Amino acid sequence: MSSPSPALAPLESRPVPTTGPIETFKYDNSIVRAFAIATVIWGVVGMSAGLLIAIQLFFPDANLNLQFITFGRIRPVHTNAVIFAFVGNGMFMGIYYSLQRLCKARLFSDALSWFHFWGWQAIIVSAAITLPLGFTTSKEYAELEWPIKIAIAVVWVAFTVNLIGTILKRRERHMYVAIWFYLATALTVAVLHITNSMTMPAGWFKSYSMYAGVQDALVQWWYGHNAVAFFLTTPYLGMMYYYLPKAANRPVFSYRLSIIHFWALIFVYIWAGPHHLLYTALPDWAQSLGMVFSVMLVAPSWGGMLNGLLTLRGAWDKVRQDPMLKFMVVAVTAYGMATLEGPTLAVKSVNALSHYTDWTIAHVHTGALGWNGFLTFSVLYWLFPRLYNTKLWSVKLANYHFWIGLLGMMFYVIPMYMAGVTEGLMWKQFNKDGFLQYPNFLEIVVHVLPMYRLRAIGGVLYLTGVVLMVINLYRTAKSGVFEPETEAQAAALTKTAPADEGHHPWGHRWLEAKPLTFTVLAVLAILIGGLVEIVPMYLIKENVPTISSVKPYSPLEVLGRDIYIREGCLACHSQMVRPFRSETERYGEYSKAGEFVFDHPFLWGSKRIGPDLHRVGGKYPDAWHYNHMDDPRSMSPGSIMPRYSWLLTQKLDTTSLPARLKALRRVGVPYPDGYENGPAQKDLTAQSAKIVENLKIGSITAQPDREIIAVIAYLQRLGTDIKAAPATPVVKQTAAK
Amino acid sequence: MNVLLILIAVSLGVAGAFLGCFVWAVKSGQFEDTCTPSMRVLADDATQLNRTSNSSSETNRDRL
Repeated sequence: MSSPSPALAPLESRPVPTTGPIETFKYDNSIVRAFAIATVIWGVVGMSAGLLIAIQLFFPDANLNLQFITFGRIRPVHTNAVIFAFVGNGMFMGIYYSLQRLCKARLFSDALSWFHFWGWQAIIVSAAITLPLGFTTSKEYAELEWPIKIAIAVVWVAFTVNLIGTILKRRERHMYVAIWFYLATALTVAVLHITNSMTMPAGWFKSYSMYAGVQDALVQWWYGHNAVAFFLTTPYLGMMYYYLPKAANRPVFSYRLSIIHFWALIFVYIWAGPHHLLYTALPDWAQSLGMVFSVMLVAPSWGGMLNGLLTLRGAWDKVRQDPMLKFMVVAVTAYGMATLEGPTLAVKSVNALSHYTDWTIAHVHTGALGWNGFLTFSVLYWLFPRLYNTKLWSVKLANYHFWIGLLGMMFYVIPMYMAGVTEGLMWKQFNKDGFLQYPNFLEIVVHVLPMYRLRAIGGVLYLTGVVLMVINLYRTAKSGVFEPETEAQAAALTKTAPADEGHHPWGHRWLEAKPLTFTVLAVLAILIGGLVEIVPMYLIKENVPTISSVKPYSPLEVLGRDIYIREGCLACHSQMVRPFRSETERYGEYSKAGEFVFDHPFLWGSKRIGPDLHRVGGKYPDAWHYNHMDDPRSMSPGSIMPRYSWLLTQKLDTTSLPARLKALRRVGVPYPDGYENGPAQKDLTAQSAKIVENLKIGSITAQPDREIIAVIAYLQRLGTDIKAAPATPVVKQTAAK
Repeated sequence: MNVLLILIAVSLGVAGAFLGCFVWAVKSGQFEDTCTPSMRVLADDATQLNRTSNSSSETNRDRL
């Protein structure tokens, strides 16, 4: 604050617009503090969960042979905690503090604020309980089961009402650009969440997606990608536009650029989802469309990044001194890197190499650790001294946090890049005789294990930095006195628009001339985009060609599939053989859209820590699976898959079978009426008995009522229907390369 | 791929809502002035700043 910016002068000399009487009101700091504390606590929890599963990837016994803390169940705990608990609370903290000051108004309703706070924490706690218990829908970042999904919708509406209510009672006519980002967040997340949460309940903590196979995949990644866009990006860009200028005491580089890149960003983002499904069974044209929009995204993203960094022009000395700005600069830089990398990965030929590898993991952690993590830390360091009316306890400690955190990020991201590229290349490598150079998948896994170890070191460093921050913030709070409310004064808004008052001479002309042009152009753009996607839909009926030999799962297989979902197998195993020679050689026939028509939900996965499983049916005898589940290293020495010995002892729950079959019938799986009352149980017993017989051949004595039997039934069914096809099915699929 | 119709409808709905916001914003003069808003944000809690001052940037004798 040493020297006020010279640019501030015009503000003071500006003629005061005609406004209402001066009003005195109080900003609510308590709710901001509550969200800030929750951010810190859940941050530590979420990152610790991540560290636990990172260690399990090179030391599988780190799960202590407990099903509740095994990789497949803790991975969603990690992702949900970091996204919705850490970043979520961080976003609410940042929004509620800045919104009040930007609107010159207290939050719309204290009751709503606290309902929002406690509701959100209750959702997080219920997630932390249900996910380790295996209650999951399996859809990434939307794993929570339906009662919790409903709670999320209710609490989100409370947040949205509070946000819009505050905006409506604002005393500042102009809505600063940050508010636009907050609004886009609130509205879009609500729509995304509801669309992707359409499920048919089959009991209190089990449901089946309304959509099947390819359709489910498309909805999920439309959601998944926009969750990144509107949960992890737009609210944080809004926060950048408030806290970065505040900390630097410099106006944002270009306010006009901020407006342009905001509108461009939200219009383009919503179409980019299919880039998560490149070379899958999704129709080719939808893939290309997703790719094109993703490439376009680099422009508005970099608009934001450059606007943030250029705000610091002439103020870089402050970055050297203020740890808060250091974190902010790295956060914005990481955003720039991630948003250049994203469009690159969305190019089909790059994605052919990168998809399912650790490259994706590196990419998302550049965003999560760099952009979201560092920006959250920055805002926390800035807010705590202000909330407690004091100074930061130790700038030195904050600097230690910065460097340790940055080092942790490097130790995380760089090994993951190396692992990703190594995997991608080794999976595809042929020898000179035309055979796969590394036909054994495990050989490649073992090859990247050192990278997994380095990554865990990166995680330890990053978490250490956060612990230093916790100490620093705690001591800062202790050294000051919390101010629950801050008094402020502002003039009430009058009803008349300020159109007649002094503004730039070009203002009115611009206003008159451009809205129509803008409107027409925008509508055209949307219509063209819409028509391009809709018209082919009516013309091309065979987007999901039916394959007559594909039949619904048997009752035992349904239960086995549900266990596969419960254990989170899809966190490490994809079920999608892409149409590359390297994949058809390794796994078998590439996957067709028509094979998934009874898959509620789809289980294509997004990462191959282990091999693809879509064609695993019939590949190994039943006894192999039995032994492999009991101890993977007995069948595949060096494997990093956890032991699933509890599947051998736990009894299969068949009481829920009728409810599950009924729910599946409701979403369109053609089980005959009344099948669940008798015939299904008979079929189940017969199939179990057959598997027990098969196991005897492998000299294994197993009881027919154990969970392992259902899992074997499901695995042996995977991808086999197509082999029974009477004739070659007519499948429209553009094979690649 | 009927779900594409749903997704397109929903996406168009969202985009349409944004377009509505955009038109409203331009019409109501939100973007008329692209200079002062960026300054005003710096002064929004001037009263508080005087008391608390900038926490870290002035007190960093002990910085690394």
